[in-house]
Amino acid sequence: MSDASQAMVEARGLGKDYGSTRAVDTVSFKVARGEVVGFLGPNGAGKSTTMKMLTGYLKPSRGNAFIGGIDVGDDPLSAQTKLGYLPESAPLYDDMMVLDFLEFAANLRGVAKAGRREKLKSICERCGLMNVLGKDIGQLSKGYRQRVGLAQTLVHDPDLLILDEPTSGLDPNQIVEIRQLIKDLGRDKTILLSTHILPEVQATCDRIIIISDGKLVADDTPEALTDGAAGATIQIVVKAKGGAALEAARVQALLSNIPGVRNVAGAESDGPGTLGFALRAASDVDPREGIFNTAVSNDMVLVGMQRRGVSLEDTFRRLTRGEKEGARA
Amino acid sequence: MHKVAVIARRELASYFNAPVAYIVIVTFLLVAGWMFFSSLFLMGRADLRPLFAPSPFSPSMLLVIIAPAVTMRLIAEERKSGTIELISTMPVKKWEIIAGKFTAAYALLAVSILSTLVYAFSVSAIGDLDWGSVIAGYFGMLLFAGALTSIGLLCSTLTQNQIVAFIVAFIVSAALYFVYWLQFFVPASLAPLVEFVSVSSHLESMARGVIDTRNIVYYFSLIGGALFIATRVLSRQRS
Repeated sequence: MSDASQAMVEARGLGKDYGSTRAVDTVSFKVARGEVVGFLGPNGAGKSTTMKMLTGYLKPSRGNAFIGGIDVGDDPLSAQTKLGYLPESAPLYDDMMVLDFLEFAANLRGVAKAGRREKLKSICERCGLMNVLGKDIGQLSKGYRQRVGLAQTLVHDPDLLILDEPTSGLDPNQIVEIRQLIKDLGRDKTILLSTHILPEVQATCDRIIIISDGKLVADDTPEALTDGAAGATIQIVVKAKGGAALEAARVQALLSNIPGVRNVAGAESDGPGTLGFALRAASDVDPREGIFNTAVSNDMVLVGMQRRGVSLEDTFRRLTRGEKEGARA
Repeated sequence: MHKVAVIARRELASYFNAPVAYIVIVTFLLVAGWMFFSSLFLMGRADLRPLFAPSPFSPSMLLVIIAPAVTMRLIAEERKSGTIELISTMPVKKWEIIAGKFTAAYALLAVSILSTLVYAFSVSAIGDLDWGSVIAGYFGMLLFAGALTSIGLLCSTLTQNQIVAFIVAFIVSAALYFVYWLQFFVPASLAPLVEFVSVSSHLESMARGVIDTRNIVYYFSLIGGALFIATRVLSRQRS
């Protein structure tokens, strides 16, 4: 078995140019069977373009895309039978009724006639479409359209779903519903979904891939991206004894000497008579014990200490912004 | 082959839902009837030739306008709404999409044309109609409509704007239609070339009741060529 056949999705040096514009530089990643992977990036980073290449809609300018070990460029039809794809903003035939449209999709997907009605019914139930089956798609709300788009990806019961921004443009209630549905689907399917709503990936994904300016900048678990990479921040508050400025300088010097502390900066205090500091810890070290011991032995009155993990938002902004500045320089 | 039928059926359903189909059939039937009967009574002969013969005021000229109107949305609308991405990522070959769309638009025009058979029957009731030449005429009209449909479909693959698709298809079809009358004005050495290129000259001979392989080959190559290019255009999409 080749290396590629083990991954459900593989992008190998994938890139796309539109004329002289480089939409996707070279992106390589893998999605293993059964994983739910979030594909993140700022608008215009190349998420949709990458997904379009993976699904065989766009021909890559460089590299190869593999679906279940099949090279999409060589045999797009076989690759496409293995996946269900929801394009960005769920384009659908507005003049068709929901059930007719799903039958149309099932027909094109070559789903066997026997038992098809029941299969479609159960998909509609799962996607919450039972009360709009006979409605024209053009009359549906955004949330229902999105669900029809999702239902359409399921008609042939594929192993892999590629979803381009499945929750964009929905209201908070709809987002929760669709997210729940995706989570539910993720139990027995491999899912690659793009989004720019960060809590969404944290809630649903096993792994996160971040691209920026057409380049891959991170590929890791949500935990690693929030904690490991940048290290946690520890906020402490001490009582200001004597001259505040003098005490501040003394405490700052003491704190900087604690092993595992990378840098110390002034931060918000708890009101008059106190001093606040923010410490950035080195990755995989917890300096809180050291802080306590230092405080005790140096007569520092510690009134507050709180450890705050790096939010995914912080990591996302650091990775995607840093990349852009680097490119400009 | 099955997928071609699936696409054609969806397309036809959409013609009949949006009542485009009824408008096309009724308009063609009425206007073609008026054009036909006004010259029929003028000639006073039981002959269906005015129904088929090309002229600036004829049912075939009407098709030059109707065919681009029927075909303009076929691919352009899918491009505009983004559903092209949906259908292109299903396991369907590009030629199957083109063939399905062609079949639907062509079926609509064929029904319109064949609905004028009521005129043939009414003429045969009042006079002695030569059914052989009538069949040849219908055969010609159906081939002619196929050529217009393939040109219109090709134009629809080139743009996401339906109006642009209509105008380009109309200009191309009208040029191929009217170039026929140009043969009287060009040098004698060029006349056969002009006659060969024109869609109307091939229709003309079949309207007279003559079925010539040259005409059939002409129409089939035009349809095949246009559909082939349309498939190629769809295959190398960059979106």
